[in-house]
Amino acid sequence: MSIVLKAENVSKQYRLGEVGTGTISHDLNRWWARVRGKDDPFLKIGETNDRTSQGESDYVWALRDINFEVERGQAVGIIGRNGAGKSTLLKLLSKVTKPTTGNIQYKGRIASLLEVGTGFHPEMTGRENIYLNGAILGMTRKEITRKFDEIVDFAGVERYIDTPVKRYSSGMYVRLAFSVAAHLESEILIVDEVLAVGDAEFQKKCLGKMGDVTKGEGRTVLFVSHNMGSIRKLCDKGIMLNNGTIQGMGEIEEITNLYLKGNSDQTLRLVNFKSRNSSTISINSLSIAAEGKEKNDIFDITDSLVLRISYEVHRDMKGTNISFALNKEGILLFRSWDIDKNPELFLNRKKGSYKAKIKLPSFLTPGNYTINLSAGRTNIGPIFKYEDCLSFDVENVIIDGSATSFTRGGMIRTDLVWELN
Amino acid sequence: MQHHPTKENWTETIGRETGLFSLNFREVWRYRDLVYMFVKRDFVTFYKQTILGPLWFIIQPVLSTLMFYFVFVVLAKTQGKGLEAMLFILCGQVIWTYFSDTLNKVSTVFTSNAHMFGKVYFPRLIMPLSITVSGLMKFFVQFIIFITLLLIAYFRGAEVRPNWWLLLFPFLVLLMGTLGLGLGMIFSSLTTKYKDLTFLLSFGISLYMYATPVVFPLSTYGKYQKYAELNPLSGIFECFRYGFLGKGDFEPVMLIYSTVSVLVILVLGTLIFNKVEKSFMDTV
Repeated sequence: MSIVLKAENVSKQYRLGEVGTGTISHDLNRWWARVRGKDDPFLKIGETNDRTSQGESDYVWALRDINFEVERGQAVGIIGRNGAGKSTLLKLLSKVTKPTTGNIQYKGRIASLLEVGTGFHPEMTGRENIYLNGAILGMTRKEITRKFDEIVDFAGVERYIDTPVKRYSSGMYVRLAFSVAAHLESEILIVDEVLAVGDAEFQKKCLGKMGDVTKGEGRTVLFVSHNMGSIRKLCDKGIMLNNGTIQGMGEIEEITNLYLKGNSDQTLRLVNFKSRNSSTISINSLSIAAEGKEKNDIFDITDSLVLRISYEVHRDMKGTNISFALNKEGILLFRSWDIDKNPELFLNRKKGSYKAKIKLPSFLTPGNYTINLSAGRTNIGPIFKYEDCLSFDVENVIIDGSATSFTRGGMIRTDLVWELN
Repeated sequence: MQHHPTKENWTETIGRETGLFSLNFREVWRYRDLVYMFVKRDFVTFYKQTILGPLWFIIQPVLSTLMFYFVFVVLAKTQGKGLEAMLFILCGQVIWTYFSDTLNKVSTVFTSNAHMFGKVYFPRLIMPLSITVSGLMKFFVQFIIFITLLLIAYFRGAEVRPNWWLLLFPFLVLLMGTLGLGLGMIFSSLTTKYKDLTFLLSFGISLYMYATPVVFPLSTYGKYQKYAELNPLSGIFECFRYGFLGKGDFEPVMLIYSTVSVLVILVLGTLIFNKVEKSFMDTV
């Protein structure tokens, strides 16, 4: 077996906060260090990429000392939570950005699909877009012409091939875009969760096509996904990333199990509630957990999540309310008041400490959620308002195949009963 | 370059240290079809836009020519009157527009294509190249208007004397495009990092127009003429106008000077661009 891809001591540092302020002074510092023959002064102060704790410097390591090798024909699944460094690794492999230190060596051509349909122009026809997108991905016009029929056939858009893609349904659009990418000729293929789009039938077809790619054509595939089902089906090796370092590497079963067990801190972005001393109401703690699971486990869409708020009322108060809002990717899903079901709290909230337990409705779809917490006095004004004080991810960790994975889209998930007469 | 003595023959190493001269022209050549595709995209989408779409190409130079005519001919009386003066200004306008459009677009190439650049790799040099080629489309539409007016003027017996120098026109256009490309690539590295420079740049371009004999002859600069001749654009503009209208004081040596400066700027721009393209994604 020969090694086709090898990463040695690869690290990537990013600058946090507002890029653009103070960069000239940093640049001058760097330049001055280089003139004197010293190391980059800003390379030392980086920290590991842990979103939960407030870092001390503006620089973080999105990836730190990554070493791995991939053999020809292997399919490697790269897994990890959001922010673990998967996308950064793919970006480095795709040459979109370069590593801060270390290097990656490879043999042959790398084709990367960080997104399908890059460069698609809505005004152009399917045919024109196939040529444009193919050229962007590195195919020559000749190659595209040779594969044109195959691409159109795979996407199933023969009838619309001379129609501007703005008239396509979103499904057709994605199918066409994926189809172009799937027909790339390259020794190494890098795929970033592009399968999360499209309908179930097409997903199966794509998985099949990618299976062909690895098993049949001897191509090497690096695949990032949250769907453990498709990862297990497709890949034989796995790499698990956590906070920018490799947590585990080995057989896919082993690595996916490691991921499902989840052995890192829950991504809670806790606000320091203590800092705001209040003579009225103050928050002691806020936490979220899945019933029947360890604290650190990954939340699945089927888990019933429980939010716990513990707070202190410093004196008897009338007309107060405490509420929280659940946002999905920045969009408000709903808001809930504690006085809705406990009107006596509104009439008089007695001095003392309280512990509230709220069972979240089980309609969450995969994604990132944040919670805003606030308290106020009716007709007077807010007591406090904490925005995005808790953040958590809900994932779709299906283990038994992709057929049942959640791909319906939408903000919420339902299981309505279809009564038959 | 971190060197590891291995017997393996790697196709490529993605690493940090890249020399100033590590330019991969073979790769750019391999992606040549992409330039064609981008130009075709610009062409196709341009025609599919609005009915007025192509018309704007015409309206813009005609209106600005009329305005410059009013300011420099009617008010300031810098040159003769009538159709000749109009042609003189339009001639400068047409090539200036091509140059400034190219410069403007190339200098913001990273920010305006950040989305595509962030998702897929191709030699970044392809993008400025296709911008420069795409710009020719607008240029030719405007050029045809100029030629039409020139013919009308010629047959009405106006004082225009086209001569053999006009055969140099493709070369002059090439020089204009290359200069816009080269300067644009130099500025692109700066606007990526320090975004305020984008505003400074568009201001700078409009100032540069007055340092260039676009709407008035080179002789207008009077005692400053020798400084104005240092501008690589001066030679190009004078030659262009001399060839088509038989006007201005053009000397072949000016054109040689322009060609050399354009080449220097192109090389410099390519090197700087090549340096910046590798890490710009982190700063955009």
